[in-house]
Amino acid sequence: MLARKTPLITTKLNLIVPGKAKDVRTTQQKDNTLHILSLILIYAILIFAAIIVIFPFVYMILASFMKESVLTTGAFLPETNNLWEDITYNYTSTLERFSYLKYIGNTLVVGITTTLLCIIVTILSAFAFARLKFRGRDFLFTIFLGTMMIPGEMMVITNYLTLTNLGLISPNQNAIEAYSSMVLPFIASVFYIYLLRQNFMQIPNELYLAAKVDGKSDWSYLWKVMVPLAAPTLITVCILSLIGSWNAYVWPRQVTLNTNFWVISVAVRGEALTRLDPTGIRIPMSSWQMCASVLTVVPLLILFIIFRKYIMSGTGRAGIKG
Amino acid sequence: MEKNNNWKAWLYLAPALILMGIFTFFPLINTFIVSFLKDYNSATGANSGFTFENYGRVLGITPVDAELGIYDNNFLSFTGPSALTNTLLITFVTVPISVIIALAISILLNNIKVCRKFLQTVFFMPYVTNIIAVGMVFSVMFSSTGIINRIFGIDGTNWIGVGASWGKSMFVLCIYVIWNALPYKILIFSSGLQGIDKQYYEAAKIDSTPRFKVATKITIPLLSPQILYITITSFISAFKEYNAIIGLFNRNYTTSGNVPDLYTVVYYIYDMLNSGTSMVQFACAGAVVLFVIIMLFTLIQMQISKRKVVY
Repeated sequence: MLARKTPLITTKLNLIVPGKAKDVRTTQQKDNTLHILSLILIYAILIFAAIIVIFPFVYMILASFMKESVLTTGAFLPETNNLWEDITYNYTSTLERFSYLKYIGNTLVVGITTTLLCIIVTILSAFAFARLKFRGRDFLFTIFLGTMMIPGEMMVITNYLTLTNLGLISPNQNAIEAYSSMVLPFIASVFYIYLLRQNFMQIPNELYLAAKVDGKSDWSYLWKVMVPLAAPTLITVCILSLIGSWNAYVWPRQVTLNTNFWVISVAVRGEALTRLDPTGIRIPMSSWQMCASVLTVVPLLILFIIFRKYIMSGTGRAGIKG
Repeated sequence: MEKNNNWKAWLYLAPALILMGIFTFFPLINTFIVSFLKDYNSATGANSGFTFENYGRVLGITPVDAELGIYDNNFLSFTGPSALTNTLLITFVTVPISVIIALAISILLNNIKVCRKFLQTVFFMPYVTNIIAVGMVFSVMFSSTGIINRIFGIDGTNWIGVGASWGKSMFVLCIYVIWNALPYKILIFSSGLQGIDKQYYEAAKIDSTPRFKVATKITIPLLSPQILYITITSFISAFKEYNAIIGLFNRNYTTSGNVPDLYTVVYYIYDMLNSGTSMVQFACAGAVVLFVIIMLFTLIQMQISKRKVVY
């Protein structure tokens, strides 16, 4: 499924006329050195910018390998003697205080449930908007799109009150209450409905008519023809939705008063990564904080490297529409 | 001609409509109404009629305590840092800078062939990372004994620790916001550049037009739809800045120990929401103010760009 050529990714077609290009070149012989110089300059700027962009990641990983005493001198590289002991000490101490597996588990439960339910709701609505004819369709779709302009805080306040008054948000909330308050508000996503509707509308009408002639119902046409054809978009939606859940912070923090149901990004700032001083003072440990950051960020980076194409093309398409 | 599928279509839409009814449309109306309710209690729903005082209080016009003459200056103040002024500052500093840097990087990327894909991926990486976790990395990097001070030889400068000045913390915050905002912009600009017809560049090459002129006379005008889109969306997200502050400074403690120093509009809204059942109407009023500001900005930008954008 993944390897199939996707309509999402536009392959670039370069028309090269070798003879002509050469003619232009020879008349501009003196510009050649200038051209090479500017290329060197371009690469220098780009590489410098790229180093700045990835510096925090590199530093995060290196700092998680450092002794606290080394980190607080502002060093870039960890000490090489006893490096392995330092690493294991940092990570085991972090994992003792930071229940990584529990938080990852919560994040995955919330992320996967949200994504699955979101996909189903998105497919059904996108199908109705793209394929079916009904009174008020365009009006309703405009209203849907209009809600994307409204800042989420308008909704968050009332949603928080609604769920609190329903008893879902409390310090002794159970798993079902905590998970459903994190999942429910994010199942219906206008942006994904819009994305999939655009994709559904590209599927030629003839296919639909042919299916009708074969006596297929709308329902089986949707699942047997449209969904497989839109698979690349659906994969993109899945990945974006998972990344969104992984990085969601404000709402999960707001609704999980029971720390057992914290998701990873709430826990990473909420859990006190401190060492008890002999004098009884708690000292914040930067190196342990960096371990927690690595544990939070690295799974996402792996996901990104595997699904780079889908993520970049899916994210990029919103802008191409202009 | 296909026949109308009225009832069937509504059945397909039912899940989305029910969920959006509960979690989008109802909240929208409710938040708007609550922002006008006097002495509202969010647990019981009790109130004493409609009023404009909530807005007055949020904007610092109506006193919190009339007898003592105390005003709430956390949202808007002209004498010190406040939610609205901080937000405006963050927006007007980070949006133009990040748009220009992203535009420059995308144009340069478009000029090279070797390693382009690789560099594009590197520039996109920060997009998928957790803003809270990386905020923590920045806070370690900018700590007084951190690597940034060592690199620039300014050991001991307190950027974001307890007691740091407002200006220094804002500076670091802006850097973090810009760093975070770049990847999405670079991606959108790069895919926009891919869509520009190569003929324009061939023509410029034959006329031996200098690179800089090609950028300002061909690339940027043809990229104007993307620039408009990016400017509007980044204005909106900069106006809603909040996560970056939590990641960088952590909750419940800010530089001078004085929370409002680093308030933003959204920060203010959440603090009001979490201040008990009798403060929710101020959170609502703040959210409506945010909504109105965002709408106004979007409309102004659409008007300005009507003449400037080439489609």
